[in-house]
Amino acid sequence: MTTEEDLVPDVDSSMVLSDAFSVLGRVPDGVTEGEVVAHLAEAARLVRRRDIAMVRAAGLGHIGGEFSVIDILVTLYLHSMNMSPDHLGEPDRDRFILSKGHAAAALYTTLAMAGFLPPEQLSTFMKPLAQLNGHPARTKIAAVEASTGPLGHGLPIAVGTTFAGRLDGSSRRTFVVVGDGELQEGSNWEALMTAGNHRLSQLCVIVDRNRLQQGAAVSDTNDLEPLADKLRAFGFAVIDLNGHDHGALAEAFRNVPAPSGQPTAIIAHTVKGHPISFMANDVAWHHKVPSPDQVAQALSELEAP
Amino acid sequence: MSTIETDIPVLHDCRDAWVEALLELAETDDRIVAVVNDSVGSSKLGPFQKRFPDRLINVGIAEQNMVGVGAGLANGGKVPFVSAAACFLTARAMEQIKVDAAYSQHNIVLVGQSPGMAYGELGPTHHSIEDLGWLRTIPGLTVVVPSDPIETAQAVRWAAAHDGPVFIRVSRMGVPMVNHADYGFVPGKAVTLRDGNDVTLAAIGTVVSRALAAAESLAADGISARVLSVPTIKPLDEVAILAAARETRGIVTVEEALTTGLGGAVAELVVQHHPVAVRFVGVRDQFAPTGSVEWLLDHFGISEEGIVSAALDLLA
Repeated sequence: MTTEEDLVPDVDSSMVLSDAFSVLGRVPDGVTEGEVVAHLAEAARLVRRRDIAMVRAAGLGHIGGEFSVIDILVTLYLHSMNMSPDHLGEPDRDRFILSKGHAAAALYTTLAMAGFLPPEQLSTFMKPLAQLNGHPARTKIAAVEASTGPLGHGLPIAVGTTFAGRLDGSSRRTFVVVGDGELQEGSNWEALMTAGNHRLSQLCVIVDRNRLQQGAAVSDTNDLEPLADKLRAFGFAVIDLNGHDHGALAEAFRNVPAPSGQPTAIIAHTVKGHPISFMANDVAWHHKVPSPDQVAQALSELEAP
Repeated sequence: MSTIETDIPVLHDCRDAWVEALLELAETDDRIVAVVNDSVGSSKLGPFQKRFPDRLINVGIAEQNMVGVGAGLANGGKVPFVSAAACFLTARAMEQIKVDAAYSQHNIVLVGQSPGMAYGELGPTHHSIEDLGWLRTIPGLTVVVPSDPIETAQAVRWAAAHDGPVFIRVSRMGVPMVNHADYGFVPGKAVTLRDGNDVTLAAIGTVVSRALAAAESLAADGISARVLSVPTIKPLDEVAILAAARETRGIVTVEEALTTGLGGAVAELVVQHHPVAVRFVGVRDQFAPTGSVEWLLDHFGISEEGIVSAALDLLA
């Protein structure tokens, strides 16, 4: 149970704010698959450490859904996407939209890890007048393509960016992450229908399938299954994978566009709160703020292996 | 009979001007795309579809998706004109208009077709009289309500060049020309179509011609009415409205909408800076019944007689 006290940053937050954050940047070219995975795993570990410190300092956040999506974000930004901080104006670069905008802290931390944001800026998360809003804002951060937060917005926008690329004859791809609970919003299915009918092969939809929404299990609320069948029926090439497996994610992203000419849907099976023992798969951690003791415990579980 | 017939002005469907302007723009600017919700016919976009088949994206009957796709196209460097019946475009996709268009400051043009009570007989589900009141509350959105084909074409050309989200209300109800051929649309700039110093008739969109007719009628009774055409409800021409408040005895607002549109905007302004009497001509806090648009406009007093009566009440 979050109390008012938990929402107020205290002296301990300075301890966690100073937690080391090294910007690893992109995985270098020409390294082995093993080295790719090792780089991404280390980046994800550091991103999680920074994320939990940010949420503690802000007194607000969505740790559960951030920890479920971080491996996806890190793999895209540090390895799979053709996108670099120095070439944001490049028309043929890939695009990314975080439709589940409440995982903003995960996005910001990943952007910092990939060199798109100065790491010092992370400490401004949710501060008054900060650029790092509780939900990402396109007008405030250059690397953010779409302002998201209300659910069911990112996928239609991603369909639009994909159409624009097709009209330009561009090879660029658009990746969009939606939450599984988010798929209860009808606008997603409108967009999926359009993408399938127009065979938007440069579009890749990643479902962060952590099986929990804000108040309960997705299956106990408005079940999505059979999700893969539904997405296939809408004209997508569907891949199921472990959303915490960097190697599997990298391989799936490498295979976009699908040879079939269909848009791709990746159902990334994840665990909300992963890998923290006391958070994992617990619906309470949708937007719970950890106590100082819990921060210390989580950070200890996120020590270098 | 013949003299009466010559008095009847030629009426124009503003959709013709809209699509003609869009086609002309699209010939020289390949960023221009149209996004529709199965609304090619109702938007009169048939010629555009024929000329630029790849640049017309029909998402089907899916307004939230339609506006989101428009935002994505804007993100990809296109200039999307998202065109659909105003009632569905605004009400069904309001959150997309707020977030994907306005808050995101995407360069997107939302074209609300057949607004007001143009779909009169189809009933309130198809009327769009709430749109002006809703849209003027959204920060960062320019809301254009052209009064005739000249202004419609100019608004379309301006919106294509403008960097930021725009809503344009395009009428299907026949309207006469009210602007001069050399008129130049400027957002936030009202146009004095007739000078006067007793009362101001501030009108927007399809009913500007009715305000002009009312001014003519008032003149016959020795009342000098200023007619202010207000093409953008947001930004509002505060200078012209406040000048009207100072220089005449009050303002009658005239709109084919709920009076929360222009009426509300004018009242909010004058009550702060120069309180004067204001009368609202429009629909007051109710769903309109079924009936032809002409009948409905008369029914709600959005007519020459109704405007005259509001002006006389104000001056009484």
